[in-house]
Amino acid sequence: MAQENAIEIIDLKKSFSEGDYVLNGINLNVPKGKVTVIIGFSGTGKSVLLKHILGILKPTSGTIKILGKDISLLTDDEKVKLRRHFGVLFQYAALFDDKTVLENVMFPLDEHRKDLSKTQKLQIAYEKLRLSGLDEKHYKKLPGEISGGMRKRCGLARALALDPEILVYDEPTTGLDPILTEMVDNLILNTHNQNKDSSSLVVSHDLHAAFRIGDYVAMLDSGKVLLHGPPKVFLESDNPLVARFVSKGVNKK
Amino acid sequence: MSEKLRERVNHYLDLIVLTIVGVIEEFIYEVGCVMSFGAYSMGTFFKKPYRMKEFIQQMEFIGNKSIFIVVLTGTFTGMALAFQVYLGFRMVNATSLTGPIVAMGIARELGPVLTGLIVAARAGGAMAANLGSMRVSEQIDALEVMGVDPLEYLVAPRMWASVVALPLLTGVFDFTAMVGSYFLCIHVLEMDEAIFWDKTSLWLNPNHINEGLIKAAVFGAVFSLICCYRGFKTTGGARGVGDSTNRGVVLSMVMIIILDFFLMNLIDIYYKVTT
Ligand SMILES: Nc1ncnc2c1ncn2[C@@H]1O[C@H](COP(=O)(O)OP(=O)(O)OP(=O)(O)O)[C@@H](O)[C@H]1O
Ligand SMILES: [Mg+2]
Repeated sequence: MAQENAIEIIDLKKSFSEGDYVLNGINLNVPKGKVTVIIGFSGTGKSVLLKHILGILKPTSGTIKILGKDISLLTDDEKVKLRRHFGVLFQYAALFDDKTVLENVMFPLDEHRKDLSKTQKLQIAYEKLRLSGLDEKHYKKLPGEISGGMRKRCGLARALALDPEILVYDEPTTGLDPILTEMVDNLILNTHNQNKDSSSLVVSHDLHAAFRIGDYVAMLDSGKVLLHGPPKVFLESDNPLVARFVSKGVNKK
Repeated sequence: MSEKLRERVNHYLDLIVLTIVGVIEEFIYEVGCVMSFGAYSMGTFFKKPYRMKEFIQQMEFIGNKSIFIVVLTGTFTGMALAFQVYLGFRMVNATSLTGPIVAMGIARELGPVLTGLIVAARAGGAMAANLGSMRVSEQIDALEVMGVDPLEYLVAPRMWASVVALPLLTGVFDFTAMVGSYFLCIHVLEMDEAIFWDKTSLWLNPNHINEGLIKAAVFGAVFSLICCYRGFKTTGGARGVGDSTNRGVVLSMVMIIILDFFLMNLIDIYYKVTT
């Protein structure tokens, strides 16, 4: 494998309570310049896995390497530097609830792009919000005053604000209508295509979309990676769990 | 038989001692965690990027929005205290000392302690609830992922704003309490105005007021530290937020009252050593 990995996870284990492992030996590579989709039943630890990659949770054992560096060995400064390469959409958007939609998107720009003028930053924020499909009349509202789907799209715009190298989306389309779902999927693809070096990691329940946007798909079950490969191996797999998931996904479509 | 009994007693004694040691150990560990949390947060305030905007927002919230309630409590505390002291001194014909005794009591004790308690309940509770809900809705995680240190962005401005705002509010409390007691003594109890002020300025020492203001600053650091720490360590959803708020406020209030006693002695010793 000559391919470079953006994220490398080696034998990752995590338990929140003695003996009960949520993640039980995950091995997964997220190749650079590709879109990797993680699927799996609700509660299998997809969000927990993402939080380990982001360094929010500490593994019980195992190693996570990002751009070749073991994140448990980084100093605080190096961590901050590394995190600027990340754009993250949380499952529940995690918008700052004392800031308006526009201020939320401006926040990473204000923090990390001191070289830009206020107008330039505003321009970027408007552009990202428009791309995420949010109407301009909502920009001055607080997160408490908009719908769940709108919060998600605002979170998406915030994740994209810095044009990051590694994009992590936790269920970007859950709770959106079919038209918006397609739009957000296209946005993920377009963002990816614009910057060929960027790598995306998407958690999704929507199998149809997973196969459309994913170069690779990984299925989690019982704290392990059940199957990992290009979409077509999922269609050919005779593992009953995979088959069940796939048949449901196709039915839905 | 007695051998066996002795063994069991020994066993239980061991258990009790070990439990006590464990509790003490845990307590010391926890205090250490809180202290380093506070020291680190307060230190980051003087490093770039400077969080002036957040600091001023917090000052506005802690200081400005507490003024009304502080003025109200101050006035009535001043009047109530003056009346009590007056009743006491009337028995020994020393009512002319009402002014200075009230002034000292307010400046050294009631001013900082009551202001601390009021602000801890109001602003401290809000801090714990605010940070707690940010924690459970993953906003603090989001900050961290965006490369912003949540201690520097959220905790430092709150703590410094409390340290600065509390002495100011105590000043307001002292002033309005004196106005209250003046009103009661002169206009209701019909004491002599000249004697009231003369005795007060004779007995009240600027050090008494300073002492109160220093205590207030310490109380500000203590309640904001406890409430921020509690909020920051919140787990367990919306119920957890309520829990943190509750425990943060109660612990802050108890700590203010306990610390008041020790600070009083410490400051006394300091004055004795320096004069
Ligand atoms: N902070 C925590 N403390 C204890 N247990 C946790 C914690 N976070 C997650 N878990 C447990 O980890 C398991 C996986 O949770 P996770 O949120 O990763 O699921 P998920 O795969 O993202 O599900 P969904 O598709 O519904 O979002 C759950 O059983 C949950 O109870
Ligand atoms: Mg999840």
